[in-house]
Order: sequence, then C-alpha cells, then structure tokens
Amino acid sequence: MTGVHIIALVSALVTLTVIIELSRRRHLHEKYAIMWLAVALVIAVFAVFPGLFNSLAHAFGVKNPPDLLTVMAALFLLTVCVRLSWEVGRLEDHSRALAEEVALLRKDLDDRTLEST
Amino acid sequence: MPNDPKILVVLPALNEERSVGVVVKEVETAVPECTVLVVDDGSVDGTVAQAREAGAQVISNPFNLGVGGAMRVGFRVARAHGYDVLVQVDADGQHDARDIGLLLAAFDDEPGPQVVIGARFAGRGDIAVPRARRAAMRLLARYLSRVTHTKLTDVTSGFRAHNRAGIELFAQSYPADYLSDTVESLIIAAEAGGRVHQVPVTMRPRLAGSPSQSPLRAGLYLVRVMTVLVLSVFRRHSNPNRLRRPEAT
Repeated sequence: MTGVHIIALVSALVTLTVIIELSRRRHLHEKYAIMWLAVALVIAVFAVFPGLFNSLAHAFGVKNPPDLLTVMAALFLLTVCVRLSWEVGRLEDHSRALAEEVALLRKDLDDRTLEST
Repeated sequence: MPNDPKILVVLPALNEERSVGVVVKEVETAVPECTVLVVDDGSVDGTVAQAREAGAQVISNPFNLGVGGAMRVGFRVARAHGYDVLVQVDADGQHDARDIGLLLAAFDDEPGPQVVIGARFAGRGDIAVPRARRAAMRLLARYLSRVTHTKLTDVTSGFRAHNRAGIELFAQSYPADYLSDTVESLIIAAEAGGRVHQVPVTMRPRLAGSPSQSPLRAGLYLVRVMTVLVLSVFRRHSNPNRLRRPEAT
C-alpha cells in the first residue's frame, strides 16, 4: 500500500464515520446517507485492493487508471447535482402548494370571523 | 387499557375510490363505537367523496407524503383528541375489519408503547407472495424478532393497533421515509422500550388496484430497509434514553 492508497482509505473511513454519525443523530435522511455510504465503501475497497481498480481500468480500455477515477468522480458528482436540482424543484412545488393552502385557509377563517361579528 | 377505549381507525388512502367506501362501511359495522378517519394522501380520483359518503372523517394532505406521512397525520389527530387506541387499516380492502377485535385483544397491561401487528403468513388465509421477496421478509422478521424480543413473521404488515403510549411515541417519531416506515417504526418502538405483539389475521386479495411494488421498487425497498437496519444498530448502541428490558423467554 502506497501513500495515496492510505490517504484514500483514511478519507473513506472519515466519510463513513461522519455519515453514520450524522444519520445517527437523525440530521441526515437515509435516502441521502445511502449514496455517500456506498461511495465511501467503494473507495475503501479500492484503497485496500488497488489491483482491483487497475484491472477495472484495464477492462474499460483505459491506459492510465487515474483517468478512470477522474471520469467516475465527475459522473458521480454530475448525478448528485442533477438529483439535488430535482429535489429542490420538488420542494419549491411543495412550499408553493402549502402557501396556497394557507392562503385559502386564511380566507376561509376571515370569512367566518366576519360572519360571526 | 380502559374498559371503554376511544378507538380511532385510520385508513391511509391514495386513489382508492373503488374500495375505500366499502372498507369504511366494514369498519363501522365491525367496530361500531370507533371513529373512522381516512387520510387522503393527495388522491386525484373520487376517494374523498366516497369516504365522506360512507361516513368517515376525511383529512386531505396538500400533496403526496407517502404512507408514513399519512400515518403521522393520523397519530397526531389521535394524540390531539385523546384517543386510547389507533388502528391502521389499508384502504384497498386486503384487511378484514372483523379482525380488528383480534388486534385489540392482544394488548397486555404493561405500561409503555405497544404495537399489535396483524400478520399475514401466520397460518390464517393464504396469499401468494413471490419467493425472493418472501425470503427477504423472513430475514427481516428474524432480525426484528430479536430487537423486539417477540416472534414476528410479518413485519411489513400495514394492519396494526397502537395503544395510548404508542400514539404518543409515534405522533413525535413515526418515520416518514418512503417504504421503510413499517419496519423502522418497530425499531423505534423497541428503542423506546415498547412491546410488539403479533396476531394471525386473514388476508384477502385487494378489492381494487394493483400491488405498489414493481421488481425495481422491491429492490430499492430492500436496499433502503437494509440501510435503516444497519443505521439502527449504531443508534441502538448509543441511545442513553433507551429503556432496558429483560430478555423474553
């Protein structure tokens, strides 16, 4: 195991610990915890068995294994960004629906107050 | 359990216009003294009208929150209005309302939260379940049996009864995450030192609609449930508020 593998392993373990601790305190929902746990596990496996990553790169026809790592990381982060954009859109829809609902309730309540006075 | 408990029967419903009316009527016949509450989880069909016509109270969520989210509403209503028991029944007609009595009879006099599960594979009735799903369910059941110190065979059943302390607990902490609510709620009950009982009930084919699980969803479901279980192990060993209970014999 060389220096870079040790750095990878340590950061994977730190990620694992932080994610588990955050979800243990219920600060992180499972649906987000899952993907980060998966990434940390994969990195840990490749850090312990670097040969595995090299043969994977070889299988994809990548001459320089670190290139594959860069491409994979970029693709993963792209997926995360798209997903978060989708979630934010959903939240906007929800908060708008709630605002409308509250406005209608307010109107209903005002009408009732006026009726009873 | 008081002699004359106030019972709230909650039916989480999403587009169940063809069955919800029948189920409400069945519950009213089986348990005449109860209040039936349909939590409409963003239906776009005639669910609300059918439920009202059958005589149920109806609450409509402003958008779809999932079964767990719908049940949270039910638990909060039960807590706010001082109900002694909350019974959860599916609106698709797969649970037989006449079995509610069996669930209620299973509560014991211990203090603390209690959940009674109406179990599908426990001998009565027969219903076909794919083999892989069944194997996964069995593993889950084995783990949860250990956590709750009770022999459980059907942990994903949505046919349940909760006592007053259970209502209190779940009004604060019922899990809303999609698909894992039935399993995680049992873990939460166990963490809070509660008791879980299981009684066998008859299952019928649903009156309308199709099962909500495609193979992809079933896979997703398993991944999520496994994560919930793994995380719960970490939670369990570090929760100082957890009440210790003696091992069940």
